[in-house]
Amino acid sequence: MARKVTSRHVVVSTAAAWLFGFLIFLPILWMVLTSFKTELDAFAMPPKFLLFHWTMENYATVQSRSDYLHHALNSIMIAGGSTLIAMLIAVPAAWSMAFAPTKRTKDVLLWMLSTKMMPPVGVLVPIYLIYRDFGLLDTRAGLILILCLGNLPIVIWMLFTYFKEIPKDILEAARMDGATIGRELVYVLTPMAVPGLASTLLLNFILAWNEAFWTLNLSTLDAAPLTVFIASYSSPEGLFWAKLSAASTLAIAPIVILGWFTQRQLVRGLTFGAVK
Amino acid sequence: MATQQTQVLGRTLLAPAVVLLFIWMIVPLAMTIYFSTLHYSLLDPGTESFVGLENFRYFLTDPAFLTSLQNTLVLVGSVLAITIFLGTPLALLLDQPVIGRNIVRLMVIAPFFVMPTVSALVWKNLLMHPVSGLFAWIAKLFGATPIDWFTDAPLLAVILIVAWQWLPFATLILLTALQSQDEEQKEAAEMDGASALSRFIYLTLPHLARPITVVILIETIFLLTVFAEIFVTTGGGPGLRTTNIAFLIYSQALIQFDVGNASAGGLVAVVIANIVAFFLVRIIGRNLET
Repeated sequence: MARKVTSRHVVVSTAAAWLFGFLIFLPILWMVLTSFKTELDAFAMPPKFLLFHWTMENYATVQSRSDYLHHALNSIMIAGGSTLIAMLIAVPAAWSMAFAPTKRTKDVLLWMLSTKMMPPVGVLVPIYLIYRDFGLLDTRAGLILILCLGNLPIVIWMLFTYFKEIPKDILEAARMDGATIGRELVYVLTPMAVPGLASTLLLNFILAWNEAFWTLNLSTLDAAPLTVFIASYSSPEGLFWAKLSAASTLAIAPIVILGWFTQRQLVRGLTFGAVK
Repeated sequence: MATQQTQVLGRTLLAPAVVLLFIWMIVPLAMTIYFSTLHYSLLDPGTESFVGLENFRYFLTDPAFLTSLQNTLVLVGSVLAITIFLGTPLALLLDQPVIGRNIVRLMVIAPFFVMPTVSALVWKNLLMHPVSGLFAWIAKLFGATPIDWFTDAPLLAVILIVAWQWLPFATLILLTALQSQDEEQKEAAEMDGASALSRFIYLTLPHLARPITVVILIETIFLLTVFAEIFVTTGGGPGLRTTNIAFLIYSQALIQFDVGNASAGGLVAVVIANIVAFFLVRIIGRNLET
């Protein structure tokens, strides 16, 4: 590891990295700044960077005029519900494939993965009609169901890769000591699996929170999560940039912060173990 | 090692997931195939009739299909090019000794966690607005005429938004791959007098070949069905200039209510995605020792 590193090298790469990092982050930063401006300042030319009249007014307006909390609650319930149900189905499946593999396990895993590659638009028509006929359009239950099925392959895969890393010797030792499968699960496996379970939960919550194909097509108002709520700002009526920014900041802040904690799991979860 | 008891248990535990995914895969797909052979409009219910492959003939010869296929390819190709050609140097840069690297990493990754509707609207209004956007101000600083993005270059505008969302993904994966590269090998090459450029070409690039392939395939699968960004910014227009295959099918299904035609289009999308998926599944399968 002892590569010779000159201080000039450090200065140059630090400056370059900060510059590019800042440029990539700039749209988010600009949005957050705009959310604290008055609508007039938000539109000002030349733009006002820090010297403007800071106000929290937009955040209050977003709630009072459009019931932000209703949509935030929908987002929480839909993302949380679909993730939890997916976990309930996925944990046993991943456990079985990691610890009691058969000859066909690899094929089953790859088949599950291939269901994720189906473009959602390919089944938009039948899903829409089924939802219409069963009264599932614009319901939380309907969105929970579809996001749960959509993310299930990723959840199973992530859990599988985590479970695979639990050393089998420990299980054998427990079995030698006379532990039943039930005890083995509770006392040996669960504690070792908690980090993997937690990061799978987190990443899939994020994916479901940001999902914007099914939510846009299958919900309008009652069940609409934040993705749909923000989309309603796309019809320009008067000055609305500051309010759009405030609503957007509220919608992404919790998830960006959660996301920062899951960086490493992100690679594993989204490449299906193909890059470690 | 697995006893018969665990085998049975294993199958029982696996069953719910397999059954659910099987239904999820088969039922809607079968319905899409069935609808694609019907003349079926939601505006005109009760008049469904079997028309064979008529919908496919119509969909595939519709000029809108060729336009949207072309838009799809340009969109996917450009975003791939931008994310790979910017993501690789960015990952190399972040692999260097950088003071405050963790903070820079956070800034670079953040766009990936922003929901698509937010990215699209923030870019469209706050950045790309021809009069009051940040880009217009920058253009004027340099004495240039601001670009009216969504009138003059709508597809490019969508490409930039989507590329901004996916650049972090490419960078993060390539960075992860770089960090698993054998340091000793690089040191040995350095001691033997290999230049930085030849170390990059002969050691780093081959090491990155597979992660780059994975990034290309995974991004392609998601980029083929870019939807929300178009839905909230351009609505496919002006004209058909930003309509991709996914948006074309959506508008046939839920704006024109032509179920038969949209289903035929849906199957075309499935076929295109499957060609990509075939290669991706093979790469992942090779990496999987069970």
